Amino acid sequence: MIALPSELKSLGILGMNARNIDYIGRYNDRTLYPLVDDKLKTKKLATEYGLKTPALLGSIEFQGQIKKFNSMVPSGKGFVIKPAQGSGGKGILVVTHHDGENFFKPNGESYTLNEVKRHASNILSGLYSLGGKDDVAIIERLIEFDDVFDGFSFEGVPDVRVIVYRGYPVMAMMRLSTSMSDGKANLHQGAVGVGIDIVTGKAISAVQYDRPITLHPDTDKELMSLEVPHWNEILHLASGSYDMTDLGYLGADIVLDKKEGPMMLELNARPGLAIQIANAQGLLERFKKIDEVAHEHQNLDERIAFSLAHFGGDNV
Amino acid sequence: MTSKYQIYIFSFLLIFISVSIMTYKVKILDFPLFSGEEKSVWSIEAKVKFTGTGENAFVSLALPDEQEGMFVYNQNASSPNYGYTTAISEGYERGEWAKRKVSGTQTLYYSIDVVRDEEYVPEKVKEYKHTFSIEASSIILQAAASIMHDAYEHSADDISMTSRLVSEFNKPKPSQAVEMLKRKYIHSRKDLRDVIAGLLEDKGVKLRRIGAIALEDGQKNVLLKPMLEVHDHGKWQLFDIKSGKVDKEDELFIWQRGAVSLLDAEGVRNSEVRFSVTENVVSARSAALIKNNEEKVSLMDFSLFVLPNESQNAFKRLLLIPIGALVVVLLRVLIGLKTSGTFMSVLIAMAFMQTELVPGLVMFILVVSLGLIVRSYLSYLNLLLVARISAVLIIVVGIMAVVAVFAYKLGFKDAISITFFPMIILAWTIERMSIVWEEDGAKEVFIQGGGSLGVAVIAYFAMINPIMQFWTFNFPEFLLAVLGLIILIGRYSGYRLSELYRFASMVKRK
Repeated sequence: MIALPSELKSLGILGMNARNIDYIGRYNDRTLYPLVDDKLKTKKLATEYGLKTPALLGSIEFQGQIKKFNSMVPSGKGFVIKPAQGSGGKGILVVTHHDGENFFKPNGESYTLNEVKRHASNILSGLYSLGGKDDVAIIERLIEFDDVFDGFSFEGVPDVRVIVYRGYPVMAMMRLSTSMSDGKANLHQGAVGVGIDIVTGKAISAVQYDRPITLHPDTDKELMSLEVPHWNEILHLASGSYDMTDLGYLGADIVLDKKEGPMMLELNARPGLAIQIANAQGLLERFKKIDEVAHEHQNLDERIAFSLAHFGGDNV
Repeated sequence: MTSKYQIYIFSFLLIFISVSIMTYKVKILDFPLFSGEEKSVWSIEAKVKFTGTGENAFVSLALPDEQEGMFVYNQNASSPNYGYTTAISEGYERGEWAKRKVSGTQTLYYSIDVVRDEEYVPEKVKEYKHTFSIEASSIILQAAASIMHDAYEHSADDISMTSRLVSEFNKPKPSQAVEMLKRKYIHSRKDLRDVIAGLLEDKGVKLRRIGAIALEDGQKNVLLKPMLEVHDHGKWQLFDIKSGKVDKEDELFIWQRGAVSLLDAEGVRNSEVRFSVTENVVSARSAALIKNNEEKVSLMDFSLFVLPNESQNAFKRLLLIPIGALVVVLLRVLIGLKTSGTFMSVLIAMAFMQTELVPGLVMFILVVSLGLIVRSYLSYLNLLLVARISAVLIIVVGIMAVVAVFAYKLGFKDAISITFFPMIILAWTIERMSIVWEEDGAKEVFIQGGGSLGVAVIAYFAMINPIMQFWTFNFPEFLLAVLGLIILIGRYSGYRLSELYRFASMVKRK
């Protein structure tokens, strides 16, 4: 049940300490963090760079604005409230539909208007932000996820996480919520991670709680049958976020909307390591290959072409 | 890459500096490396007693000289209503008391505190001259000559001659010549010493007269032991006039050296001086402090020991925080343990140090659980965060008071130490835990809370470790080594222990 350090090394697995020192520390300039840590800033920047994001319905900066909350949300329709500077999916409230008094979560439970307002108030007070500093609540349009994911996700929006190293898409996985993860796409809360072939967009392998699985625990759907549509567009969206932020090691979270296609949900300057388990593949070898050629490719298309040529399937 | 080498150089430099200062303090300043080591501090008190005759009284007492291997750090003359001065007479220091028209029994005290110090060498060693001769009849001189002839014949050098002479005088049935001298001159041990010394000096032996006191606890009203020191082979050898050669010099304190009188008194009767000795066992650290303070070692001038006691105690606890931090760094970077709030565990561990572990754990869990219950009600009130945390804070104070009173009534005296818990930390813990409870469920609360408490307990054990406590306070430079170590660990880019488990499935699948 326990591996030797040498075994992990031979698989090229990136550890947490090496991630922090050799990649985040070296390639992610701290002054750039606010670009991704503040989702409102990310959104604005993305619009500037022509990267699609979910529509912003409104934002709440002051406690006094909470009174006018009802006027900000589309009547009857779903929306998402989240803290601009939240981390780890904390403080995200998803409402699928509402009648102005009762707000329904994906699992059918309902919140009263007051509870939703308190949630917004908590966000502003900094309950979910790093270091407890004052925050802004963002209200976004609810993503209606693509039908191809039917049965793959339980009461939540599945998203694609792409690791982008120095502008090259390196590894990808799909995160599927489960009943255990309470509709959230966080792997450590029990969501399923499905490794996605960076060339084809097809599933490679799947894990839950860092252990391999083959069927979705709630829907029994065969996970290997997963194939992400609009794959090329997703790679462009992810890779383009490097040009936008200059972060050398980042994770791009991308959702697929039924009508609008792939949209960038958020960026992460400290992406986790579980993607290696989902792909049954270490990151280090791919990083080394990129380090050898990084100066050769000037633009996004060249970088993606390199990734497609070298990182497919078991081809490390 | 260069920054990596800089890190190595920097952290090893820190560790090297730390170890060097510690070595200096242990080797040169005599600091003990461990707290258990003890040293004796001796208080020797001379009590001068006399009866006043109504005239002006003047009393002069020979004061001890500096002595090799003994460090005198405190001298104190206590003599109410007497004028006291010190004076140098014939090269020896004397304490002098004076008062007009003295009558009745009088007592004067002079006390010193002494600590053994093998390395201590007095700045100047005095030469002791002696002019002493016995005027005696020819028959006595003849007897003396025969004793000395015998001693000379049966010895190889001055030392062995002295030994021989001492044993000759202490035989139950001494020779006729010895018997004659004894009867005529020797009525006390001091007389015996003086006779032996006189005989040896006649033979040209270089010697000095000694009045010493044994460093044994509980001696009261004893006289100075008359002793001899004989110089030979470039060394002084001490002799007891009853038992001969003395090897364990450090069990004696030499009060008087040379032939000057111990006590001179004018205008009084029945003067005498008696000594008492008390042993105080202090930690070797205190002894080192005493010594280094007296010697004004500059390193000590800027140490924590110059602070008032109260702040010293505060620092004792503060200096342990880096140890707790080191534990957190080790557990997070090398083991990969997750804690909620980076240093919350250290603060809880600090509180445990005050409350003791088990009462601390019980109280912490009690207060946080009660707080969570109250907090769950507060969440219905729909308060702003700051107000809610403040409310929780007040409730925490209330819970602490109630717990303390109840526990005290039930006989758990430890419960009063509950006040040592940092309240703000408790309030925030409750707030965060209740959020975790709402968002991720009770299981996550137990995982996170348990993890933080676990780290706190480990940090607690590191911080109550007597060696750690002793080193951080007595060798604050030890923290430089801790700093170096933390910097070194800060560049550790290898796998964490938890990752060996986490990624194990990947190895199996290959």
